[in-house]
Amino acid sequence: MPKANFQVEIPNTENLPKEKFNELKQYIDGLKSTEGALIQILHQAQEIFGYLPKEVQLFVARALGMPGSEVCGVVSFYSYFTTEPVGKHVISVCMGTACFVRGADKIVDRIAKKIGIGPEETTKDGFFTLKNIRCIGACGLAPVVMVDDKVYGRVKEEDIDDILDSYRKEEA
Amino acid sequence: MQIKSLEELIKIKEKSYKSVYLRQHHNNDSDEIETRNATEDEISKNIIVCGGTGCLATDSAKLIKNLELILKARGYDHKVKVIRTGCFGFCEQGPIVKIDPDNIFYVKVHPQDAKEIIDEHIIKGKKIERLLYIEPVEGKKIEQHDDMPFYKKQMRIALRNCGLINPEDIYEYIAFKGYEALGRSLTTMSPEEVIEVITKSGLRGRGGGGFPTGLKWQYTRASEGTTKYIICNGDEGDPGAFMDRSILEGDPHTILESMAIAGYAIGAQRGFVYIRAEYPLAIERLNIAIKQAREVGLLGKNLFGTDFHFDIELKYGAGAFVCGEETALIHSMEGKRGEPHYKPPYPAQKGYRGKATCVNNVETFANITSIILNGHEWFSSIGTEKSKGTKVFALAGKINNVGLVEVPMGTTLREIIYEIGGGIQNHAKFKAVQTGGPSGGVITEKNLDTPIDYESLSAIGSMMGSGGMIVMDEHNCMVNISKFYLEFITDESCGRCTPCRVGTKRMYELLNKISSGEGTLEDLDALKQLCHMIKGSSLCGLGQTAPNPVLSTMHYFWDEYLSHVKDKYCPTGECKNLSKYSINPDKCVGCTACARVCPVDCISGEPKKTFIIDESICIKCGACFDACKFNAVIKP
Ligand SMILES: Cc1cc2nc3c(=O)[nH]c(=O)nc-3n(C[C@H](O)[C@H](O)[C@H](O)COP(=O)(O)O)c2cc1C
Ligand code: SF4
Ligand code: SF4
Ligand code: FES
Repeated sequence: MPKANFQVEIPNTENLPKEKFNELKQYIDGLKSTEGALIQILHQAQEIFGYLPKEVQLFVARALGMPGSEVCGVVSFYSYFTTEPVGKHVISVCMGTACFVRGADKIVDRIAKKIGIGPEETTKDGFFTLKNIRCIGACGLAPVVMVDDKVYGRVKEEDIDDILDSYRKEEA
Repeated sequence: MQIKSLEELIKIKEKSYKSVYLRQHHNNDSDEIETRNATEDEISKNIIVCGGTGCLATDSAKLIKNLELILKARGYDHKVKVIRTGCFGFCEQGPIVKIDPDNIFYVKVHPQDAKEIIDEHIIKGKKIERLLYIEPVEGKKIEQHDDMPFYKKQMRIALRNCGLINPEDIYEYIAFKGYEALGRSLTTMSPEEVIEVITKSGLRGRGGGGFPTGLKWQYTRASEGTTKYIICNGDEGDPGAFMDRSILEGDPHTILESMAIAGYAIGAQRGFVYIRAEYPLAIERLNIAIKQAREVGLLGKNLFGTDFHFDIELKYGAGAFVCGEETALIHSMEGKRGEPHYKPPYPAQKGYRGKATCVNNVETFANITSIILNGHEWFSSIGTEKSKGTKVFALAGKINNVGLVEVPMGTTLREIIYEIGGGIQNHAKFKAVQTGGPSGGVITEKNLDTPIDYESLSAIGSMMGSGGMIVMDEHNCMVNISKFYLEFITDESCGRCTPCRVGTKRMYELLNKISSGEGTLEDLDALKQLCHMIKGSSLCGLGQTAPNPVLSTMHYFWDEYLSHVKDKYCPTGECKNLSKYSINPDKCVGCTACARVCPVDCISGEPKKTFIIDESICIKCGACFDACKFNAVIKP
């Protein structure tokens, strides 16, 4: 593939400001070669925007000179990429085997009930996103819940209220 | 400075040795590094703190900070060094602190304990009794890690440096003979000789398949073309396995060094580590390691003054189990959807960018340097006839000592679960252990004395897999666990071929039907048929092995399936629709605890009299069962 050389129109909306697109463009321009770099670029784009909406996918497609469908095909294939904006805090419940065997399903139910949303959803106020994830490699502490980067181990159903309330309180 | 010969490396090793001579390491036949006491003006103690993911989650970073601050405040920071290592393996007891050369092992250490450790142990030389490990069977306190049942039966080759060195310091790695195997290979052996040593050692792939590593290298070497690649498979998709991650976090240099050796052997100049984006700490450590190795000339051009060049890059996964499969992994590295393709062509013939590529697992690589240094005779003397060396298992589930264990092949499951693992949690009864993750199967009491190797595990309907070992007790329902794995598979099937894409979905639906009480005997037949069909006709290993958990649970726990279907009853109570909660009038003392917690108020009764559950309203949440202190609630 020749080095990208396309005229790319940069969208500019409140959620997707121009500066972020410029940042992404700079990253892409800085790569030695864009061949086979799509996944790497999408990682960076998700880092910048927090998610990969259609506009961003198209932008990447244009910049690399490939069909939007191809980019979309890759984004939808990998569970790490998300096309919806996520909440301020992401609650990830490990659904790996070790956690499952120690009752992770009950923990998810409890959280879902408390914040009133299901897995892969975000609360209306955009505060929490709930996610089921696969093993994070802390099986020794099963069941494991992560809020953003903080890992909570050996979580019991009763602990959920305290953990989640602490984020609400911090806010207030 | 740049290291340009083996002699220079040895000189640096001797110099670096000054910073690690205090450390008492794991017992391993191959180690011959002496430890000694410090002289007057040297650092006299090392406080070693686990910085693996498990211990970081329980605040070991803060502990390290506290230790350093207090050392400074007491004026001891010139005499005592705090070292953050990779995972000790004993995750259940974390955070772990070891003090050398005293060889004292503290467990479950809080950040607040830092003061006592320094004031009492370091300054006054008094052990802190309350932080010692208490062996659960006899209740004895144990001071040294090699006396603990958890470590006694282990033999550490792949994990030899985890919990021993600071993974962010290349000199500590060098002090323990790091990069010596590469130096010797490049300067004293031909590529063919390297391959011969690995072949003779009997090392087989630890990523699941068990393919002889030497043979794979030989095939890749024999392939046409001058551009070849080495890939380290760090995708570790089995949910419940974390050994590759611990190796990458705890000893990243051994992977880099072994990849370079493999590169020399097959004729490759570039290597890639494909790593999950979900492993940020491993990524960070690898990046640091690569940078340090380049700085001292152990990666890059003309390694050890020879004309061999080798460099390594990271490639990130993005959350897809199937990308652990080597052909899918290669597609993913090329920036595409990670779908497998039909083999042949094997990667050894036509891999990354169409060139011959050798894909090996992280743990496989972690064995290479020891084999080169100690010889193939040493390695092949460990293990069973067809499976040589050791295997790392991630012991998890309902077991007392959750953690990473490395044992010689041929160790029995009973030894692992009862001696190393300390038995089943809460004195419950052992039911089964799942090995091989979503591709494997369950092993029951009857087969616990099987010596573990690739062949024996297959013979009893499971497989070695990557080394996940999930222990289940009497409260785990086998239909439910099959359903769990199938749900995982339907999520992760890449959709390329129909038997796997559609078939596993149908299997999941059938299992769901059975666990919700609507299953029939015909469904069980249909499920079995589907299993055989999917096994026989899927394109890649994911589909071909996906039915294994179902087949093996059906084989060993057929009665449990029957009871779900015929009696509409789940013996463990895990399948909610098939469980019945009731109160045993002989045990109920009328304490009202159950009635107070019931979310739907379906328990009635008067204080001090027998309570009853109205089954028509009960939502089977199990809250009453947990609340009753008199074991009066019967579940199911
Ligand atoms: C569905 C599937 C998932 C796999 N996942 C992994 C994995 O996570 N890590 C790994 O090293 N090998 C995995 N493998 C095996 C690889 O395809 C390949 O055989 C292995 O990396 C070769 O290395 P080895 O010979 O050193 O074991 C997987 C295979 C299949 C079919
Ligand atoms: S067996 Fe499953 S994962 Fe493998 S290629 Fe077919 S659909 Fe994809
Ligand atoms: S299982 Fe839950 S809903 Fe049923 S009686 Fe007990 S507490 Fe009430
Ligand atoms: S299964 Fe939850 S951290 Fe591994």
